[in-house]
Amino acid sequence: MPTKIEKDAITGRDTTGHEWDGVKELNTPLPTWWVYTFYACIVFAVVYAVLYPSWPWLSGHTTGLLGYTNRTQLTQDLGEQAKGRFKFVDRIRTASFEDIRKDPELFNFALAGGRSAFQTSCVQCHGAGGAGSKGFPTLVDDDWLWGGKIDQIYRTIQFGIRNTNDNSRQTMMPRFGADQLMTAAQVAAVTDHVLSLSGKGKSTPEGAKLFQDQCAACHQATGKGNQEMGAPDLTDGIWLYGGDRDSVYRTIFYARNGSMPAWSERLDPATMKMLALYVHALGGGK
Amino acid sequence: MSSQAALLPGRRPAPSYVEDVIRTSMVLTMFWGVIAFTVGVVIAAQLVWPQLSFDNEHLTFGRLRPLHTSAAIFAFGGTALIGTAFHIVQRTCRARLFGGAPLGWFILLGYQFFILTAAIGYLTGVTQGKEYAEPEWYADAWLTVVWVAFLIAYLGTVLKREEPHIYVANWFYLAFIVTIAMLHIVNNLAMPVSFGGAKSYGAWAGVQDAMIQWWYGHNAVGFFLTAAFLGMMYYFIPKAANRPVYSYRLSIVHFWSLVFMYIWAGPHHLHYTSLPDWAQTLGMVFSVMLWMPSWGGMINGLMTLSGAWDKLRTDPGLRFSVTAVGFYGMATFEGPVMSIKAVNSLSHYTDWTIGHVHSGALGWVAFIVFGTMYYLVPRLWGRTTMWSTRLIGWHYWIATVGIVLYITSMWVSGIMQGLMWRAYDELGFLQYSFVESVAAMHPFYAIRMLGGLFFLSGGLLMAFNMWRTVRSQPETVGTDGRTVFAA
Ligand code: HEM
Ligand code: HEM
Repeated sequence: MPTKIEKDAITGRDTTGHEWDGVKELNTPLPTWWVYTFYACIVFAVVYAVLYPSWPWLSGHTTGLLGYTNRTQLTQDLGEQAKGRFKFVDRIRTASFEDIRKDPELFNFALAGGRSAFQTSCVQCHGAGGAGSKGFPTLVDDDWLWGGKIDQIYRTIQFGIRNTNDNSRQTMMPRFGADQLMTAAQVAAVTDHVLSLSGKGKSTPEGAKLFQDQCAACHQATGKGNQEMGAPDLTDGIWLYGGDRDSVYRTIFYARNGSMPAWSERLDPATMKMLALYVHALGGGK
Repeated sequence: MSSQAALLPGRRPAPSYVEDVIRTSMVLTMFWGVIAFTVGVVIAAQLVWPQLSFDNEHLTFGRLRPLHTSAAIFAFGGTALIGTAFHIVQRTCRARLFGGAPLGWFILLGYQFFILTAAIGYLTGVTQGKEYAEPEWYADAWLTVVWVAFLIAYLGTVLKREEPHIYVANWFYLAFIVTIAMLHIVNNLAMPVSFGGAKSYGAWAGVQDAMIQWWYGHNAVGFFLTAAFLGMMYYFIPKAANRPVYSYRLSIVHFWSLVFMYIWAGPHHLHYTSLPDWAQTLGMVFSVMLWMPSWGGMINGLMTLSGAWDKLRTDPGLRFSVTAVGFYGMATFEGPVMSIKAVNSLSHYTDWTIGHVHSGALGWVAFIVFGTMYYLVPRLWGRTTMWSTRLIGWHYWIATVGIVLYITSMWVSGIMQGLMWRAYDELGFLQYSFVESVAAMHPFYAIRMLGGLFFLSGGLLMAFNMWRTVRSQPETVGTDGRTVFAA
């Protein structure tokens, strides 16, 4: 369309004189508030860029008048929180478990710290509050695989179970069926014997004999287990992988051999001590 | 009006425009919209009830999520953009599409082929692992071909235009096509492991890769979800309101400032990461400066209605477009605020971002498409109105309630999440575990899903209305038996 400037009746503004498919444009000036707010944003941007690290050049960048970096801010923020913890943490590192428990203020702090660390590092497997789940033992009862005294718990936390750490708690239950140490029928017979230990079903002489020959070395003749070896008590009706016949059969046939990380590779001693105190206090500590 | 213009002395009648491609694009847009909203509701439900993946790898959240984002942005949004681009460029240039119907079909159908290839990849676990750029090299290469064709058709039409000037909507569409081409190619540079296999290795590594990915990601927002839809707004709002655009000068200043600022703002997606501090600062300040250029578009959209506000009462389609502009203003205020590092340290990684995304995606992108289609569909099929105007009104209210439920629940959940993650107890220990924050979000996820259901129901009403409109008897039939555009 040839240029033809008109006056818009409603706003009283001129059009630019162009038209496309019936669409015209008014020649309204920029709204003042818009222009000034835009300027204000630009001023803010310039000032901010002077105060903070901003313009790059070939081998570096302006560092800004405030000397700010993300990293220093992070260290500062973490330090802020650590300040509150420092004096306690030092004492926890040096004091014995006995002494910590005797000092209510320190003990209280250790429980809070243990809870916090537990929620970050342990709940994934052991569940909220240590309730446990299949394959991951509950920590609130007094049934312990590797011992429920505070030193034993501390050691389990430090070095973990069946991992690559040199001090890890090792011991493997053989895969009796899968490695053909027993026939399927023999595994079934031992299964019945194991179940009978906690009062479920009936044992057979064959099962009892196999148990004495193959299992008692770790689980004891009575089936009461041995915490030195991490061999669970089979008489208490508490099962890590399920107590129905099928689950127990599979445990004997394939073995389970769960593992836990060595937390000394990731956590500092004070945190692990607090964790031990916390877990010990969950209900089942000896 | 165009018919009047066509009758002015000394003017040739308008050329015959390519329209079948546009009609098809409208149907496809509706189809993809329903798919995108449905998958959105499904993944929203999975976040409430994780069992809903039914232990089937193809139905896991990780595979359906990119299906949702791509179906929404690229299939629904992209198809609408291609169709409206063809419509607008032909009419505002008074020129038949360069390359005619064959090129038009190639672009529309080629693009659909890209979408299908990408979608099959997602479901079968083929992905580059880059958000919004998940498709592997073979799909990327094909899209490049289609996109170059798109650029040629668009630019060719602009070059052979009969109008002396280029209408502002075309600047926005062109900025969109050119910039997306550049972003797509640079971000997806990769070496296929073999020509027979889907896997490739990207050209970028480490923090450079992250920076290029979010340079791409942010400008996908800026040029796909913003600039292009502004182009849509600049044509369809003045048409539907039958009013001149509020300010030509504002359109120039905000166009150039918008395209200039957007390109630098990407680092705000990488605050407090290993991206160098200086880049984070620049990303933040450019985002802050982006506020007014964004609002320039909002002002121009809203103020174009001065003198025609009463139309909102009678034209619920226009109500969609105007509300869209409102949501656009909201999202582009929220965005700069979230880009400020202190705010981002709370909002980043939380549902607040998801809320922000959907106030842009549902409120702005989807609503402007709805408004446009309610205007365009009856005209493309030679009807005076949609089959039911009341149904448009219903769609409007249902969808608006849906958005409000979605956004508000995500604000609450996001801010709560952010506060829980940073909470320390009086002894200096973190107060909450991550799972506790997940558990706390549960009710808000349910509310979000409900909002999504509302939004989807609105979309279904629209699809029904559109179907009835298209199936009804046309009122104006040209002499050659083809329907005629009644503008
Ligand atoms: C001035 C305009 C805008 C600015 C400065 C802005 C800024 C931001 C910021 C700071 C984030 C959060 C980044 C993070 O913490 O990870 C974000 C995320 C996002 N915004 Fe905006 N925004 C703007 C407008 C929009 C609009 C209009 C839309 C949609 C139509 C949109 C879509 C998105 C999307 C999709 C994300 C999520 C990206 C992801 O993490 O996947 N933004 N935006
Ligand atoms: C019924 C409507 C919709 C529902 C229920 C819905 C739901 C969802 C859900 C549950 C997510 C995943 C959030 C998460 O990972 O926490 C998501 C992500 C996303 N959706 Fe939607 N959506 C809908 C419509 C749309 C539309 C229309 C668009 C775009 C036009 C869109 C764009 C996106 C984007 C870009 C993301 C990724 C956000 C990010 O990574 O930050 N959605 N949506």
